[in-house]
Amino acid sequence: MKILVNGAWRDTTAAELTALLQELGYGDSVVSTAVNGEFVAATARSHTRLSEGDRLEVLAPMQGG
Amino acid sequence: MLQLYDIALRSRLLLGTARYPSPAILAAAVRAARTDVVTVALRRESGGERSGQAFWSLIRELGVRVLPNTAGCHSVKEAVTTARMAREVFGTPWIKLEVIGEDDTLQPDVFGLVEAARILCAEGFQVFPYTTEDLVVAERLLSAGCRVLMPWGAPIGSGRGLNNLYGLTALRAHFPDVPLIIDAGIGVPSHAARALELGFDAVLLNTAVAQARDPVQMAAAFAQAIEAGEAARLAGPIESRDLATPSTPVIGTAFRG
Repeated sequence: MKILVNGAWRDTTAAELTALLQELGYGDSVVSTAVNGEFVAATARSHTRLSEGDRLEVLAPMQGG
Repeated sequence: MLQLYDIALRSRLLLGTARYPSPAILAAAVRAARTDVVTVALRRESGGERSGQAFWSLIRELGVRVLPNTAGCHSVKEAVTTARMAREVFGTPWIKLEVIGEDDTLQPDVFGLVEAARILCAEGFQVFPYTTEDLVVAERLLSAGCRVLMPWGAPIGSGRGLNNLYGLTALRAHFPDVPLIIDAGIGVPSHAARALELGFDAVLLNTAVAQARDPVQMAAAFAQAIEAGEAARLAGPIESRDLATPSTPVIGTAFRG
């Protein structure tokens, strides 16, 4: 299925969020996630099912003012 | 000591971490500024890319407290979701809440700001709202649960200093017990010193240091200016007046009568 990851379409067979993050190569990176505009806590990723057309945001620490 | 949400801080300078020439210069500037708090943000990162991880390691090594922001958010929903994401990543209830209403001036959308502040305070966040000098908005933010306010000096990155001196001094006079941090628009150390002389509790700045020809030296200059401004406030400045008063005693002046 196709998932919009940080604004780019990706094909995946991952059924839930933890598997998708592994597939995308995030490994043990410190990131935070949101699906369809709603925050998904790290503890909730493994039971967050993904559906065709979902919009995923994966954010990491960055310089800011 | 500066007290922000029950945390006591030695420094009255909060420093942004963006737009430095290199990570090494950022680290040196943070040390030269003698700051206790730096602002940070969240941005998209692709898998395998590690720039965010490297940045986060650098900040942790500096041993300073972080104030995550919601920069770039233009709606309540974006700002609230970003705040929740930041709390998880940075492990702090502090959030510098920005809801931008207008792109030319990056002026806060104060209506969205109040709404987002209400939601986040109810969730246990300790909100630092980036706001204007508007007294009514300030009142609403305090009612929403904010215990610190961050009025702008001037538009972000403009370097114009304290743009609306009347509005800012009125805000200070109206809320004598609320920690007020001048956030944005500071250009040179004298602007920051002025803010402290006027009784503001602290200054948050980024571009003025990061984009200076020598950011490390400028960070040190700001640290000195802010310490001088605070010392001057404690010392009690004289009232300004329109006409001269002789400083040398006039009694016994020669050649008179």
